[in-house]
Amino acid sequence: MKIHIALAGNPNSGKTTLFNSLTGSAQYVGNWPGVTVEKKEGMLKGHRDVIIQDLPGIYSLSPYTQEEIVARNYLVDDRPDAIINIVDGTNLERNLYLTTQLLELGIPMLIAINMMDLVRKRGDVIDIQKLSESLGCPVFELSALKSEGSFFIAEKAILLARSKAVPTPAPLLSGPLEESIDKIKNIITDCTEERLLPWTAIKLFEGDEVLLTCSSFADEVLDEAERIAEKTEKLLDDDAQSLITAARYTYITELVNHAVDRALPLHAMTFSDRIDSIVTHRIFALPIFAVVMFLVYFVSVTTVGHFVTEFTNETLFGEWIVPSVKNSLAAYDVAPWLISLISQGIIGGVGSVLGFVPQMFVLFLMLSLLEEGGYMARIAFILDRIFRRFGLSGKSFIPMLIGSGCSVPGIMASRTIEQESDRRMTIMTTSFIPCGAKMPIIALIAGALFGGAWWVAPLAYFVGVTAVIISGIILKKFRAFGGIPSPFVLELPPYHWPSPKNIWLATWERGFSFVKRAGTVILLTSIILWFLQAFGFEDGAIHLVDHNADSLLASIGRVAAPFFAPLGFGTWQATVGTFSGLIAKENVVGTLGVLYNFSEVTEGGTQHWNQFANEFSALSALSFLIFNLLCAPCFAAMGTIRKEMNSGRWTFFALLYMTAFAYVVSLNIYQIGSLIKGEGFNVWTFVAFFTLAVLLYLLIRKPPADLQKVRKRSHA
Amino acid sequence: MKTLKDVRIGQTVEVKKIHGEGPLKRRIMDMGITKGVSIHVRKYAPLGDPMEINLRGYALSLRKNDAACIEVY
Repeated sequence: MKIHIALAGNPNSGKTTLFNSLTGSAQYVGNWPGVTVEKKEGMLKGHRDVIIQDLPGIYSLSPYTQEEIVARNYLVDDRPDAIINIVDGTNLERNLYLTTQLLELGIPMLIAINMMDLVRKRGDVIDIQKLSESLGCPVFELSALKSEGSFFIAEKAILLARSKAVPTPAPLLSGPLEESIDKIKNIITDCTEERLLPWTAIKLFEGDEVLLTCSSFADEVLDEAERIAEKTEKLLDDDAQSLITAARYTYITELVNHAVDRALPLHAMTFSDRIDSIVTHRIFALPIFAVVMFLVYFVSVTTVGHFVTEFTNETLFGEWIVPSVKNSLAAYDVAPWLISLISQGIIGGVGSVLGFVPQMFVLFLMLSLLEEGGYMARIAFILDRIFRRFGLSGKSFIPMLIGSGCSVPGIMASRTIEQESDRRMTIMTTSFIPCGAKMPIIALIAGALFGGAWWVAPLAYFVGVTAVIISGIILKKFRAFGGIPSPFVLELPPYHWPSPKNIWLATWERGFSFVKRAGTVILLTSIILWFLQAFGFEDGAIHLVDHNADSLLASIGRVAAPFFAPLGFGTWQATVGTFSGLIAKENVVGTLGVLYNFSEVTEGGTQHWNQFANEFSALSALSFLIFNLLCAPCFAAMGTIRKEMNSGRWTFFALLYMTAFAYVVSLNIYQIGSLIKGEGFNVWTFVAFFTLAVLLYLLIRKPPADLQKVRKRSHA
Repeated sequence: MKTLKDVRIGQTVEVKKIHGEGPLKRRIMDMGITKGVSIHVRKYAPLGDPMEINLRGYALSLRKNDAACIEVY
């Protein structure tokens, strides 16, 4: 029998540090089923039979955020053999609030008071003995960051799991509240496991939605519980949940007053407060933020990232791997098509994506530093005002900024956003921001049709940002994104030096999950696309074709071209160009070059501009550009969306939304542009006006009544 | 009714009552803002919202509109 030990605690309590030191690199990171919440488990070092389950950091077991529901369901349904409740010793009162709830679950539990080094440095004295007596479970000291006591605590947890000793805390409630809970206990005692009695009774009293919808209690029992709750609410003049919450805090305040000797007066300026007096200062905050963001961007995208990516793409793959593979395959007389498949399709396709890996590692390293150090929460604090106007979180800035380099790490950076609806929205809109690979398209259109006008590139960014804002406003009005209302209450954790081990593990895990995907999804799509563009129908059979124009991809392009005709670029070449952008956006330019038979097309070359200008008008080129900027991103980004959304349905919706949005915008640009140019009305003009009207309606309509209440509170 | 929203920077107040209902109220209370707790208003964000408060020995930020349902003495 394996022993399962759950790690539970508040965010920023040092849970990840403890988890990392207990499991080392023997971790499995995934997602909890159906939600975007990360799931981590690992084997305890030196104990093959002990599994450590890291629960998401939560403040409470209330049923409102995905993290809380996930943690609750795991604790109540899967019942770990023991809980290690990790508590931040510098912030005891709020941390013990979760503790009082965990104690009710009837699971063997011990409390690890973390950050003891800081507590001592501050001069506070915590009476462990007193805490342990009142809470009815073992309490130990810990300095996870310095690895003091981690394994000792794990050993104690194993013993506890074997002994099955359930906590016996001093009674939490008193007076009428206690009587009410006892009454509820009495009516459910026959149909409830004894160890779950306290938890279930309190949840029934609170009218807990999740428990009520999935429990098997008879209606009479539920009605009776509700009646008891209502009576108590009237008597004590507050709602049931607030009564319980207040009782828990009263209990904790008393306990802490007894067991803790504070060296500093309440509300004293801490070291973090002093840093914050500069970092979140009214005047300095934004300039400091700009400098930090510039550094992150500069280091990860421009300098180190660019240099390493260039090297990987051009030298490692371009000059070393591909030619040598080609040569050695040729030496064995391998068929030319197979050489092409391996060198162009597989190595070329995957290689172009793998080229981003070093850049991504650098970026994730920077992000982990910001997150671990405590600056990420300050970003949300500084930018909240701007971003919440269109339904995003202050933390959405980072994915967007990173997304201007490459959407893939941008989308992955959305993980730092706590709220699921904000996170989904950010995942969906990040790739609207033009990434580095879209630059060649912009350069081509600007050069060939607008005489290299300076305003084309800024326009592209403007369109991207506007698309994000419009999408935010539109989507936030739908129930799926309005989500469970949760106010912006964000802890500003104390700054601390990041632990190299945590940074390394966080960077490695994010980077590696990308590499894994490159090896699967991206590999497969690269092979399929290579096949489509290398083979074609000739004389009724499939053959390898010499020219792309005869390929299957071109055939598909011819079929799909009419779809793009209303946007002004209904040629099969432009269609295939757009499709090839799904492999990587920079392919669009190269593909167009091949299909239009331009002599040698290079990204920076200008000799083909005249030819290109013959094929497009200024208007259709603009429409083509904007469609390619906004539509579904490359496969690498799609794969990332799938991973981060953790749901096929949401991924499909996201891609459909982006493409539909791009279509509508391009349609309007081309049709209304044509109208202004004096080309008269046609059916598509009306369609364009209709879609524009729908867009405007979605933009200005009032959200459904129940969401409005939330908006009023958070947007006024 | 005086609420947390009206408290000037640098002042310390005691919470009298939390208004509102449902998840919003629960979230605020989960974070330790309960009747009788002492709250110190530290600062406002550079753009005027949200605000940073200090309570129970830690720093919390919340929007002014959510602060408006926290009645204080």
